[in-house]
Amino acid sequence: MTQSPLVESIESAETEGTLTGGRAAAADPAPVGPPSVIRTQGLTKRFAGGQLAVDGLDLTVPRGSVFGFLGPNGSGKTTTIRMLMGLIAPTSGVATVLGASMPQSVGSVLPRVGALIEGPALYGFLSGRDNLVRYDSADPTADPRTRARRVGEALDRVGLTAAAGKKARAYSLGMKQRLGLAAALLQPRELLVLDEPTNGLDPQGMREIRALIRELAGEGTTVFLSSHLLDEIEQVCTHAAVMSKGRLVVQGTVPELAARAQGRLVVRTPDAARAAEVLAAAGVSDIRVAEGRVDGEPATAGDEPLPGLCAALVEAGVRVRAFGVERGTLEDAFVALTGEGFDVAG
Amino acid sequence: MSQVEVAPTVSPASMASMASMAPTVSGRVPAGVRPQTAAGFLALFRSEITLTFRRTRTIALLGLLAALPVLLGVVVKIETGDMHGGANGPAFIAQVTQNGLFLVFAALAVALPVFLPMTVGVVAGDSIAGEAATGTLRYLLVAPAGRTRLLAAKFLAAMVFCWAATLAVALSALATGAALFPMGSMTLLSGDTVGLGGALLRAVLIAGVVALSLAGLVAIGLFVSTLTGSGIAAMATTVGLVILVQILDSFPQLHAIQPWLFTHQWLTFGDLLRAPMYWTGILQNLGLQALYLAVFGSAAWARFTSRDVTA
Repeated sequence: MTQSPLVESIESAETEGTLTGGRAAAADPAPVGPPSVIRTQGLTKRFAGGQLAVDGLDLTVPRGSVFGFLGPNGSGKTTTIRMLMGLIAPTSGVATVLGASMPQSVGSVLPRVGALIEGPALYGFLSGRDNLVRYDSADPTADPRTRARRVGEALDRVGLTAAAGKKARAYSLGMKQRLGLAAALLQPRELLVLDEPTNGLDPQGMREIRALIRELAGEGTTVFLSSHLLDEIEQVCTHAAVMSKGRLVVQGTVPELAARAQGRLVVRTPDAARAAEVLAAAGVSDIRVAEGRVDGEPATAGDEPLPGLCAALVEAGVRVRAFGVERGTLEDAFVALTGEGFDVAG
Repeated sequence: MSQVEVAPTVSPASMASMASMAPTVSGRVPAGVRPQTAAGFLALFRSEITLTFRRTRTIALLGLLAALPVLLGVVVKIETGDMHGGANGPAFIAQVTQNGLFLVFAALAVALPVFLPMTVGVVAGDSIAGEAATGTLRYLLVAPAGRTRLLAAKFLAAMVFCWAATLAVALSALATGAALFPMGSMTLLSGDTVGLGGALLRAVLIAGVVALSLAGLVAIGLFVSTLTGSGIAAMATTVGLVILVQILDSFPQLHAIQPWLFTHQWLTFGDLLRAPMYWTGILQNLGLQALYLAVFGSAAWARFTSRDVTA
């Protein structure tokens, strides 16, 4: 599944048996046109201790997407990000970022990439502003003449201008997170890699950061967002991939993935037992009967069989109070795919 | 989070309005490789030196070094009557009472075996490991600082610190010497006499040689610093190495390896107090430092450029 475009990789993930259930909704296949910003082929990292952190990862991040990177703690997300940023060398496989392979091309690639990796790291004895000056000085492509202006703009963007003169050690976790984001925004970037960017922020701060991410995406920056907050991914991402135990479980557009959490047909009726019989006869599987409610999986996805089912129920004398399909959320998909929710992977 | 400070300045709406002022919004983000500039390349070196001297720790170390000659001068002043030549005391101590300028050489001779290497070990040992421990290393590397460039900047900053540390000792000794003892033309170790100007010139030269004597130790400290993610461990190891090497240097049985110990020729700087100056030992010392720099510099480079940064 290495070279295949996005949808095909979903299909092959499916045929590997990691997925059951309906096909992806007939969402349009990702066009082959725009080159991918990140592409890994068989990316593998085995640490010195023998622990396999990332196992044969084939990841494709299309240009212009807001790409959600999901997985339980310990599933290999951060190790993957570190390999993409050239901080650690892969044991085998290839990681390509902005068309050049990592870690060989860090010098030409990373000035175009802003990154927030495993939370912010700051010089506590420097002010917020001086921290940004320090990080900007590290980039040999950054122009020292425009440094003060760019630092000021980055501080503005994350709302830290008022606290810019304060020593970073006096910052709250949320302010540190904002400063880390500002460091990623010191230059216009083609790619932003954000590892749990809303960590430690209050709800208002989270909304601001999400708004900022949408804005940046609107400017044409591809955003690679790792998170374990599913609603965050659902709110801001166009694409997503799910990792579990070092392997990629699935990747695709967010609507496709949410569609994987097969919507369930829900009928509310006082005649639950009768309704269950009718639905079973009509080919609905996995039927669960509860007090005043029956739900199950229609044989085919989509809305097409629904009118027929409804008619069959009414014909059989079932008193239908409500009838409809409850859409799956990304969280359902996630739990179905990883089968483990958010427990730390061994 | 402190809402008072942060929140009022940004609502999503105000963020949007700020963004709309940014130049990048109208067009797309520019794509393609940005060229690296000479000024941009050198910025890290400047940043590194500034950073070193903005740490409270650095200032404290320099203060400690500056206090040493004062202590030495006061002790000599009080104990003047009991001085029986330099046989038992540190080098040059006996001459201090005749000429305050000798306090510069005495202080450097006292500081070089212990205090200077200790402070240099702290700065060099912490250089990479300290950044790794606080996590700032990963952000420098993704900036991207470039591993070789970062290592070179760290080395330069540590050498600048060596120079500042030597200067702190020398200037403090000069001031203390001038305050407590007579100054004037100086009788050299060879018996010749030079004027105050000539003597000061020799002091400057000696300070330079002392600072360069620490280059080998800086390289060792940098190498140790690339081995660990703990700044404290790297500092302790480097300072411990200095002590170990000086102990080895004191065993007559180890005569064969002693010329190759980086501390062995440190005190040869006294040869500059002869007329004519005697350079053999000093050149040997500087050559040895260059050798250590080459060996441990390469080791540090090999280690740092190939290592996984997981901190």
